[in-house]
Amino acid sequence: MIEIEGITKRYDATTVVDDVSMLIEPRTIAVIVGTSGSGKTTLLRMINRLVEPTSGVIRLDGADNRSLPGYQLRRSIGYAIQGHGLFPHRTVAQNIGTVPVLLGWEAARIKRRVDELMTLYQLDPQAFGPRYPHELSGGQQQRVGVARALAAEPNVLLMDEPFGALDPIIRNKAQEDLLAIQKRFGTTIILVTHDMEEAVHMGDKIAVMDAGKLVQYAKPAEILAKPASAFVETLVGASEKPFRLLSLGRVRDAVETGAAEGEAIPDDASQRDALAELLWSGRPALPVKGADGRPLGRVTVDGLVKRAARPA
Amino acid sequence: MTIRFDKLGVVIAAIVSYAAFAAPFATFRANRIVPGEARSILDALPAAAGPLLLAIVVGAALIALLKTPLILRLAASVVALAALALLIGVSGSFLTPEGNTFARISPASGFWLLIFAFTLLLADVLTRLNLSPWARVGVLVVAAAAIGLLLVSGSWNSLSILKEYANRADSFWAEGSKHVTLALGSLAAAVISGLPLGILCHRVEKLRAGVLNVLNIIQTIPSIALFGLLIAPLGWVATHVPGAAALGIRGIGTAPAFVALFLYSLLPVVANTVVGLAGVPRAANDAARGMGMTDRQRLFGVEFPLAFPVILTGIRIVLVQNIGLATIAALIGGGGFGVFVFQGVGQTAMDLVLLGAVPTVAMAFAAAIILDAVIEMTSTRRREAQPA
Ligand SMILES: Nc1ncnc2c1ncn2[C@@H]1O[C@H](COP(=O)(O)OP(=O)(O)OP(=O)(O)O)[C@@H](O)[C@H]1O
Ligand SMILES: [Mg+2]
Repeated sequence: MIEIEGITKRYDATTVVDDVSMLIEPRTIAVIVGTSGSGKTTLLRMINRLVEPTSGVIRLDGADNRSLPGYQLRRSIGYAIQGHGLFPHRTVAQNIGTVPVLLGWEAARIKRRVDELMTLYQLDPQAFGPRYPHELSGGQQQRVGVARALAAEPNVLLMDEPFGALDPIIRNKAQEDLLAIQKRFGTTIILVTHDMEEAVHMGDKIAVMDAGKLVQYAKPAEILAKPASAFVETLVGASEKPFRLLSLGRVRDAVETGAAEGEAIPDDASQRDALAELLWSGRPALPVKGADGRPLGRVTVDGLVKRAARPA
Repeated sequence: MTIRFDKLGVVIAAIVSYAAFAAPFATFRANRIVPGEARSILDALPAAAGPLLLAIVVGAALIALLKTPLILRLAASVVALAALALLIGVSGSFLTPEGNTFARISPASGFWLLIFAFTLLLADVLTRLNLSPWARVGVLVVAAAAIGLLLVSGSWNSLSILKEYANRADSFWAEGSKHVTLALGSLAAAVISGLPLGILCHRVEKLRAGVLNVLNIIQTIPSIALFGLLIAPLGWVATHVPGAAALGIRGIGTAPAFVALFLYSLLPVVANTVVGLAGVPRAANDAARGMGMTDRQRLFGVEFPLAFPVILTGIRIVLVQNIGLATIAALIGGGGFGVFVFQGVGQTAMDLVLLGAVPTVAMAFAAAIILDAVIEMTSTRRREAQPA
């Protein structure tokens, strides 16, 4: 659990982060969104004390984050830096192994962990391990940056726009991988992004920042349905809202009784994908099948459109 | 077919035609201090050798003049340089009258110009070949071995500069080792104290301008004046600090020379350390802190390796500068190759001046090539890693 209480950061006269309080439940993902310069990175860096707050307290699992020396605190928190920040003079494998080396793991264990992470991020350890960062594409560098943050299996992970440079396909894959890792290890993640789609998809909760202030901190559905201000409304994109809302729900929650023609859609697909399929194929209904292939019923255009409407 | 000229080749051909036909190849003197008589290539060499050398240099100059393949140009420069090196020795024995130990034969302006012209050609070819750092050091080793072989074989023994050497072989090596000790010792001292000072200046902004200004001012003091300024304080130390005199610390001699070279070395080392550390990408520093490195781990694991090529450039400047400057140490009894230079000037014996100057220049040249290669090797990895 991460408790942020009344955190303020001032540089001279300008207040960059203004009295922010939020609570991040253990084993959940909190996504921070906001315009450029709204203080997202600064807030993130106060958690691992790369930036010391002007006032306020941050507690990790109940303990003030100032109770350890900064460098020890940072070894226990994964950090994927905005714009990757790889060490240009170290190979990809050495970069990923940075924190395990600092923690004094033995060489064999480090190698195993590095290979495992590289394979996870589709970088062949043989081919990419000995390369230097400048020999990688921007997207590959970013994946190495994320792998480096994960290396020591931290309980808390801070990620600053980690998937910005990835193409949609690899980004999707990286997001799913991160969700899987988060489920498996119960990691608590704070993720900064500019991509509303990513925020809705990944976040258990979304924090919206504007000019250093936290303007809304709530579940994605609530942010979409009841934006706290005009600013939040613009940020989440008024015209995209119905689709974003649909993308939160699974097909299994929209199943109606009855049958329909054609190829069945799996029940764990998003409702948004189901609606897209319906509109594209010009049919009024699609059959739904369970994970075992059993037919469960159908989804209809009418049913989905009702769900996309603003909740009462 | 149109004939196309090489730009540098035009210059080389012009130098060669003047040097081969109008300038003297060797100088003959009845003894080491009388003025010499000039001898052309044809007069200075035995019957067949003179025309042969002329043919070689003219042929090589033609190859340089026209646009020709690199490999041919390389061969031309190497053959011409080798012929010059061998035949100047032949000329030495040819011009020395039988049994005469006073006569002095030395290379004259034509010889030096030819060497210069073909070295220029060789350097141009080597640059265009874009050799790897190791290959450049290899070329240096081969050249040094060739010169060493010529020296050991005795084929240059009849030349005046080696006659000067033969007369003072012992002191040559003694002064040589003093020279090297002065140059390298002061460099080592400058690195040992300059690196921490540079790191301190990098970390403490308030110190930076002050320290660099002081070092800048020291750098502008002429060496003779600096020696003068050091006599009093070192003399005081020698008489007042117990044991100092026993260590060889005195107002004149090696101590002030060492201190002066050390002071001159500090600026390049400190300034380059500061510049190198400042050039470390912010993101790398940030990542180092973010991953949980302590300040010390960050300094040695990230900042230092990334700043290293720049720091090494400072060390290269200092090394080459010190090898040259160490010559001045002789003025205050500090020893080194400068001893021969100043004795030679005093006796108007040009050969003796050369005996001090040539090894100094050769050492500085070799040091520059070796360190350039090392710098390139340490920086290639990083060069493209810098954000554009
Ligand atoms: N060390 C600093 N000194 C002074 N001002 C700073 C410093 N670091 C950040 N700021 C200012 O604080 C504000 C917030 O910066 P921050 O990096 O937190 O923004 P951000 O929300 O992460 O923006 P982006 O989306 O562009 O990454 C900016 O206006 C920035 O100029
Ligand atoms: Mg940011």
